[in-house]
This record gives sequence, C-alpha cells and structure tokens, in this order.
Amino acid sequence: MDLDQLPRNRSARLRAIGGEGGFRRRLLELGFLPGTTVRMVRRVEIGGVIEVELRGCHVSLSAHEARIVQVDPVQAEPVQVEKP
Amino acid sequence: MTTAGASPRIVLAGNPNAGKTTLFNALTGLRAKVANYPGVTVEFESGAWLLPDGSRAELVDLPGCYSLSALSAEENVAIRAIVGVPPMPAPDAVVIVADATELPRHLYLALQIKELGVPSVLALTMVDAIARAGASIDAGAIEAATGMPAVPVHGPSGRGLRELGDTLQRVLAAGEVAGVELADEPAALRADVASVAAHVPGELHHDDAVRARAIARWTLSSIEEAELHSTVPRDVAVAARARRDAARAAGRDLDVELAGARYAWIDRHSPAFVARRRPAARRATDRIDAVLLHPLFGFALFAVVMTVVFQALFVGADPLIGGIETAVGALGDFARAQLGAGLLRDFLTEGVIEGVGAVLVFLPQILLMFLFLGLLEDSGYMARVVVLMDRVMRSVGLHGRAFVPMLSGFACAVPAILATRTMERRRDRLLTMLVVPLMTCSARLPVYGLLIAALYPADGATSFGQGALMAAMYLFSIVVALVASHVFGRTVLKGRPAPLVMQMPPYRRPHLRTVARMMLQRSGVFVRDAGTVILACTIVLWFLLSFPREPALERDYDALRAEAKNAAIVEVSPGAPSLQERLAALDSAERGDRLRHSYAGRLGRTIEPVIAPLGFDWQIGIGILGAFAAREVFVATMAVVYGLGDVDDAGSQPLRDRIRAERRSDGTRVFTPRTCLSLMVFFALACQCMSTLAAVRRESGTWKWAAFLFAYMSVLAWVASFCVYQLGGVLGLA
Repeated sequence: MDLDQLPRNRSARLRAIGGEGGFRRRLLELGFLPGTTVRMVRRVEIGGVIEVELRGCHVSLSAHEARIVQVDPVQAEPVQVEKP
Repeated sequence: MTTAGASPRIVLAGNPNAGKTTLFNALTGLRAKVANYPGVTVEFESGAWLLPDGSRAELVDLPGCYSLSALSAEENVAIRAIVGVPPMPAPDAVVIVADATELPRHLYLALQIKELGVPSVLALTMVDAIARAGASIDAGAIEAATGMPAVPVHGPSGRGLRELGDTLQRVLAAGEVAGVELADEPAALRADVASVAAHVPGELHHDDAVRARAIARWTLSSIEEAELHSTVPRDVAVAARARRDAARAAGRDLDVELAGARYAWIDRHSPAFVARRRPAARRATDRIDAVLLHPLFGFALFAVVMTVVFQALFVGADPLIGGIETAVGALGDFARAQLGAGLLRDFLTEGVIEGVGAVLVFLPQILLMFLFLGLLEDSGYMARVVVLMDRVMRSVGLHGRAFVPMLSGFACAVPAILATRTMERRRDRLLTMLVVPLMTCSARLPVYGLLIAALYPADGATSFGQGALMAAMYLFSIVVALVASHVFGRTVLKGRPAPLVMQMPPYRRPHLRTVARMMLQRSGVFVRDAGTVILACTIVLWFLLSFPREPALERDYDALRAEAKNAAIVEVSPGAPSLQERLAALDSAERGDRLRHSYAGRLGRTIEPVIAPLGFDWQIGIGILGAFAAREVFVATMAVVYGLGDVDDAGSQPLRDRIRAERRSDGTRVFTPRTCLSLMVFFALACQCMSTLAAVRRESGTWKWAAFLFAYMSVLAWVASFCVYQLGGVLGLA
C-alpha cells in the first residue's frame, strides 16, 4: 500500500522507500526506514498533505510524493499508540 | 584551535524548530549582528556570549537543518561552517540544540557532528514539556552513550544557561577531540566509506581517520554536485559516485544503509535517554490541530488570521505612517524656516529630509510584518499555514510559506520582500521576490483612482463601472503574478520546489522578547542597508526634477509677481482673485515650468518616442519618472507638471478636471479611455518603485536580481500597455 492510502490513526510498517534524489534522502534522514512503524495522524486534503508519526516525531509531507513510500498496515483496528 | 587572545568561535547547530533561535537570543541578548561571508549566500547571525568565567565567545547561529547532507545549497553551509571550509573559519566548538521531546530525530544531526571530531555540547530544549508529562530525561545516559555532555536548557527563563556555559568552557579547555562513530554499520558499508575516505585530503581530515570517514559519508549522502565540489575535492566526489554505482549494481542501497546505520544506533540507545511517553504538549497540539487543520473550520480560521494580518498592514499601519509623514513634514518646514532660500535649503528639505521620510514610512509596516511573522513562527501556526496552502502555492511553483509574503504584497511589496526570509531555500525566496511586486500594492490605488476618475464624466457619481474596473485591476495583478511565478519557476529559477517534508512543531506560547528582538533587528537592517539606497535615490530624483535652474525663468516669474502686486494696489475689483490667490497660481505655474525644463522634463521628452506607442505624452513621461520615488507620487507630479501646485490627493477636483480637459498640440484629448487603460496596465506591471528594488537588493544580496526584476517588469509593462493601446485603437476605443 502507498503511505498516502493508509487510513487515519492506522499504523503500518514501512516496506520500501522508492523514488530517488533529495526528497528520498530527506525522508531517510528523518527516519523513514524499512521496518519503521508509522501512524497516520491526519490528512489535510485542502493542502494535499499528510501528517504521520514515527519515532515519536510528527512529520508532514506532500501526499502525492508520499506515494514513493510503501507500507504494510499492521492492525485492522485503530491502534492505541501508547498507554499512560 | 583557539589562538591566544582571540575569543573562541562557537557554532550553534540544530534542526528547524529545535528552539535554536530562542537559545541564541537568550545567550547573546541584543548583542547580535548579521554576518555575511563572501561567496556564501546564506546570512548568519552572530553575537557575543558572555561565559561564566567572564570571557567572551563568538556565537554563530547556523540555519536550521535536519542533517548535514547537502540536498540543497542552503544545507551545504552547515557542513562548511562546522568543518571550516574557507571562507568560513573552523569553529572551536559546536553547541547542538536538540528538542528533548523528539530526541531520536534530533540526535541524527548530533551523531553526524560528533563523527567530525569537533568539540561539542548538546543543549536539550523543551525539557519542561517532558517534565509536565511526568517523565524525565537522563542527561548522564546521553553523555555516557554519545560522549557529548548534555545540558537541559530553557531559553526564555534562562534556566540551564550557566550550566551550558560551564560545560562549554570545560569542553573548550579539553581542546581538540577525535571523531567518534556512533552508527551500526554493516561491513560492506564500512568498506565503501573507507574507500572514499582514502581520497579525503589532510587539510580536511586533520590526521583523524574517523573524521576522514565522516567526510566520506557526507560525500556519499549529498547530491548537489556544485555544492559537493565547493566543499570536497573533485576526486572525493568521483570516488563516492563510483562506490554508489557499484553498490547499486550489487543491489544495495547506500542511502538506506547510511541512514539506517545511524538510526539503528539511535533506536538501540534512545530508550535509555527518555522515558517513552508522549508529552502533554503533543496531546494538546493534536486537539488544537483537529480544529485548525479541519477541512472547514481550519480553513475558516486560517482566512480570519490572514485577514487580520492583511488588514493590520493595509489599514492598521496608516495612523503610524501618517504620524511619520506629519513629523517629517514638520521637520522640513522647520528647516525651511531656519535656512535662507537657496540650494542648500532645497537640498536638505527636498532631498535629505524627504529621503529620510521615504525610508521611515516603511517602518510601521515592517515592524507589523515581523510582529506577525514572529507570532506565526513562534506559536507553530506557520507550519499549519504551509500545510494548508502547500497545494495551491506549489501549483505555481511557490513554497507554501510564500503565501504570507504574497498576501502582504497587496499592502506593500517592501515588507513582503523582507518576509521572504522565512523560506529556507534561496530559490523559493528569489521566486517570491520576483512576483510579489506585481501584486496591487496600496501605492497603486491613488494612481488607479485618478485614472478611473478621468475615464468617467465629471458629474458622474461613483458608478458600478468604476468599482468593477478597480476589482479587475486586482484580479489582473493576481493572474499575472501567478503566471510569472509559473514561468520563472521553469526558466530563470529552474528546479522544482522541493516536495514538502516538515516536522510539525507542537503549539507553543510565543516568546514576546524573541519576537520584539526580531522586529527591531530586521527594521534596523532595513534602515541601514535598504534605507541608504532609498535616500540616495531620493536625492538623485530631487536633482533630476529640480535642475538645471534657469535664472531667466525665475526673473520672468519675479516680474509677473511684481506686476500682480502693483495691480493689486491700483485695482480692487470685486470677484477678481485676491492677490494671495494670484501669487499662489504664479508659484504653481513657475513650479510647473521649472519641472518641464528640468532634467526630468528633458528626459520625459527624450523618452517620448518610446512611450508614444503606449499613448503617453512627454508630460506623462515626467510623471512616470517621478513615480519612481513611489507610485503614488505620480499624482503629485502630474499636478506640478500641469502647474496646479501641491496636490497629494487623487480625489483633487482641479487635477481631475485638468486631466479630463488636457489636450495634445493637435487638439485631441490626452487622457482618452485607451490612454487611461494603457497607463493603468503600465502601473500594474512596471516596477516603478525604488524602495522595492532596494529591498530586493538587500534580501537577495546582489544588484543582479534587482536589475532583473526592474528589466522584466519594465518590458512586460511596455508590451502589455502597447497591446492595450493599439488593440484599443483597432477596436475603435476613443
């Protein structure tokens, strides 16, 4: 599944980061690495942007460009990211 | 590395939104200045940091960056400043600012710096947010794992700053350290890195094998060719490319391996650094974002916020601007009263004082602009503006952050151009600067007002058509700006805007002192750098409009004045204009005559063949030249040209009547509808504003872009006006 298709509040494991160039390397440096867990926080349709959480950090990225990131959803139910 | 006597040079590095600027301000107070390096297009702030032992260090604030890799020209500056690639001197130590709430990601940059073997200290910000969530951060564990002392700091209150200073002194005293590799690298990657490191020259690696490998990794993970070559020798870049190609052929991905090795280390160690718990600030932020990024409410609130910003610039600054104009006018009157008539008096009042006034009138809008920018950035809302506007702005090649400058351009291009500095990439800044001056700024309104009035019969009340024409001018400017941005983004400023990837900062209360400091500093820079250019231009314009002096002309008018006075003594007929009225009329006529005979007047005649195809006569040419001081000056200049004296209001009835009545030598009207339309299009597109050019020169750092802006807008204006006037003729418009 492309990262931008991930439903809100669902988590997934990153499978592969395609594409090339600076944008791809920036994603890698921000921690978008194969095996990392990401959660879809929200999508802002008006701006064409998705916000995801990974390694405890929130990152916004263009939804269209986020398609270079392939993910495998890990759970069917919305996940409780953490318990107090 | 510290030379005896010289204060140590400390570089402040960190991710965007790490709290770097707040810490910088807390450490340097108001002692910061803007520093430039030849050949480096990025501007730094540098300030004196008073260390606990009483000595001083020079603290240089680097642009925020997520890593040292050169993925764009801006990012390359960070590695050059930390490694010490000329013209940047090598630093004695680096203070790395890291947000404790998002430590893993911020550690990535810290690990890169640690490899280079530069003495470094980690300053942990947002520790209070962690504490509020009932968790804590273990600075000792961070130091044990990274070898870098970690100090929790709180910029706004000053907590931890003394400890940071103490720690820095300890690190400085220890002197140069060797690089430490903090990454879990597979053997194949190590071999790649070692093979590239063998090409790194001694002046870069300082006999430190770890540092040589760090520079090799940097070369392997950077892509900007030009930037690579300005930092490392060509054969290092060539070796890196060869290894990358070989790895790809073997089915390996060096980018994933390089980033993966560092994150493997970070993931293994970071659980010991912070209790894994989401800080409260994030939960609050998520709740706020549920509203502020809501498809409906979020956009409505965005519209409200932007309306407030725009209205403040467009209307809110008026009383202050009026106050400055009144004060400058009073100063001019005072000087005029004190000095005897003559060249010096005219120079001081019409040149210098007017020029100073021309600079100062921008200050209210600039201060307000930076007040809003500061509040938007500091609160975290600017990141949301970018998220909301990214699609729209990107569709014309602009960055999401260009929205605020573009909007502000409807008030005035000068603060809008200064606001482009919130964008990190030079390309994004330049593109915004090139199109912002096309927006219908408030200085164009008096010109449009006068010309639209001339289009309609004298007795006509404000009609629907007048309003529609004004609205059309706004729409026209937006369309042209978007098209221009689209074109320049594909030609002179090639390069797609980098796709949006941005950390979302939590909402925070803005620090008013930080905001106030930025307002003062940016205003100061404007007055010093752009102000001097504006002042010089005002004096040149004054010269062109007032010289050469013609004694014969003065004598003629003196004779007429004497005649009027004599006549007033002999005949006092009821209904005739009073002596004062007659003298005032003579003064106005004299000023008009002087202007027509000035250099500007001659220039107006010289350029007449060029502007005649646009439907303009030489008197309009003088108006256009005079409007270079500021577009609204066109109105006042036309009034003087027509011998009407001082008119600074486009609503002036005598001026409107005169413009409606003005005839050419062949008896036809000058301000026909098609001339008026052509002139309005000309003012919409031409860069008739020295202050805009001065601001572009200041912000781009070179006259080149100011010249390009002037050239493209002038050509565009001429061609468009030509089309309007000639087409108007074809279509049978009067």
